[in-house]
Amino acid sequence: MIRIMRLGQVRHAAPAAASGGDFGGRVFYAVLLAAALLVPLLNLAVPESSALHLSTYTVTLLGKYMSYALLAIAVDLVWGYCGILTLGHTAFFALGGYAMGMYMMRQIGSRGVYGDPLLPDFMVFLNWKALPWYWHGFDSFAFALPMILLAPGLLALAFGWFAFRSRVTGVYLSIITQALTYALMLAFFRNEMGFGGNNGLTDFKDLLGFDLHRDSTRVGLFLVSAGALGLGYAACRHIAASRFGRVVQAIRDAESRTRFIGYRVENYKLWLFVFSAVLAGIAGALYVPQVGIINPGEFAPINSIEVVIWVAVGGRNTLYGAVLGAVLVNFAKTWLTAALPEVWLYALGALFVVVTVFLPQGIVGFLRQRLGAGS
Amino acid sequence: MNQASVRATTGRLQQPYRRLLRRRGSALRADDLDASHGTILYLEDITVSFDGFKALNALTLYVDAGELRCIIGPNGAGKTTMMDVITGKTRPDHGSAWFGQTIDLLALDEPEIAQSGIGRKFQRPTVFENHSVFENLELAMAGDRSPWKLLAAKLSGEQRDSIEQTLQLVGLKDRSGARAGSLSHGQKQWLEIGMLLMQRPRLLLVDEPVAGMTPQETERTAELLLSLAGERSVIVVEHDMDFVRSIARTVTVLHEGSVLAEGTIDQVQNDPRVVEVYLGE
Repeated sequence: MIRIMRLGQVRHAAPAAASGGDFGGRVFYAVLLAAALLVPLLNLAVPESSALHLSTYTVTLLGKYMSYALLAIAVDLVWGYCGILTLGHTAFFALGGYAMGMYMMRQIGSRGVYGDPLLPDFMVFLNWKALPWYWHGFDSFAFALPMILLAPGLLALAFGWFAFRSRVTGVYLSIITQALTYALMLAFFRNEMGFGGNNGLTDFKDLLGFDLHRDSTRVGLFLVSAGALGLGYAACRHIAASRFGRVVQAIRDAESRTRFIGYRVENYKLWLFVFSAVLAGIAGALYVPQVGIINPGEFAPINSIEVVIWVAVGGRNTLYGAVLGAVLVNFAKTWLTAALPEVWLYALGALFVVVTVFLPQGIVGFLRQRLGAGS
Repeated sequence: MNQASVRATTGRLQQPYRRLLRRRGSALRADDLDASHGTILYLEDITVSFDGFKALNALTLYVDAGELRCIIGPNGAGKTTMMDVITGKTRPDHGSAWFGQTIDLLALDEPEIAQSGIGRKFQRPTVFENHSVFENLELAMAGDRSPWKLLAAKLSGEQRDSIEQTLQLVGLKDRSGARAGSLSHGQKQWLEIGMLLMQRPRLLLVDEPVAGMTPQETERTAELLLSLAGERSVIVVEHDMDFVRSIARTVTVLHEGSVLAEGTIDQVQNDPRVVEVYLGE
């Protein structure tokens, strides 16, 4: 833990200004654009018999990776740029997911197993007579969309307001972010909370009128996820390159010094933390329709730790490194959990150790070093 | 001096009014400073104790506008604690601290004090190592510090000029784009002084500026500090007596948390009490 805390502050190859070149960012945009063009083509236009055909399963998998990548840049923004090692970011991811899930639950309408026009199946099963007040409005996407942003944003605002004002930093902050997501997990497990308890929300039928089981909807979701990732990346890059971003990195490197030159450190951290939480919420909202379920397991602390590992593997403080890490580690996870399911957690742990010890700057840092040495 | 203490006493009486008038957190500017009575800093009867140990013991000290003041004293005399009180890092148990006629330092927190026009240079150079020299000065530059403003802020030509001028003044013009972490020890100290200047302070607190410097660097630092006084007040805490001799007009000797002697360097060095404290035991 201590070691990884320090990682956020290690020396960087170039001054912050040098990121203006942003070669990795251009590669990222190019790959994203290529994927956005090729994936729909290979899935929809190439016949299934062809070897080039991309299965809908793979499209959905890639779409899921896109939402994970968005979550990863949200974590990189607070950890890599501001040194806030959050171990609870999937709380925001899950809240965005639940908001989206609630909308899709209401869209099921009378097509549920019990055929109740108003109540979702799990409420009928629990013998509830009326929709809880906080479920009202979720039948409209115009209401659900702001909720996807507000639910994680407001939680981050309240949490960050207390944490940063009390100057909780370092390991202590990491621990309370863990506690936050753990508490939410326990709360959402309770049936009385009205979010489907253990089983969560599932059995979704459609989204904005598009049938979720159709290939074209899957491709559409992939495209929206890729678009959100591109925009999210651009927004984070803008923030990082602004004067705001330089203050944030100054806070990471020397917090009390930054305070002494007159910056309200807690306001900067709070702003960044809330923005990052909203990004994570959007990622969660894109994730849920693609995997078809959201349950309290998404709040599990281990998930948040996994996100930090993605970012560490790819390379902190670069944004595109976070994307790379998210995609690579999840690809490995998809493959390993199918081939050797019992090995995955050990592999993840080993990966973390190897990266921490041998690749403190992640894959991107390693490549940079290699390229730098070569030229 | 007499007039000053009278002034500060009336200031103390008005304190509740002022607290009412000024909303906490509202931006203070260096322009709010009123040093019209010729004194910029009033410390009166300041006591700070840590677990019964009195780091400062009824310390009373006045600094004039434009003055370059050296503070010397053996280890544990309370020099750093005094700086901590002025910059808001430590709250005294007792006493009053006024910046000019109108600013009650004890009612403000660290960022507010920094924005009101007091800059501090720490003992160890703490520049932002991963930022370039230019960016370090930009970070320190006086101006709006709200997150929303800085998201879209672009440097104006005037701001760029002021950074360039400061680079020139501290002799780092040709290192503008270099990573601050790659500077030599002496250059980091100058960069830090440059960062202080960017905040356009009216009072500069400088803690051991020449510790670990080469003789040439020390000489340049002396010139730099001398050129800074006048337009602003400078308080230098230093151990190196040769250095103090080369810059000081007035020297204050601290001992066990209060002022032992004050005067020119020769007066102070010939004062038997000072000799005893420094060489005595």
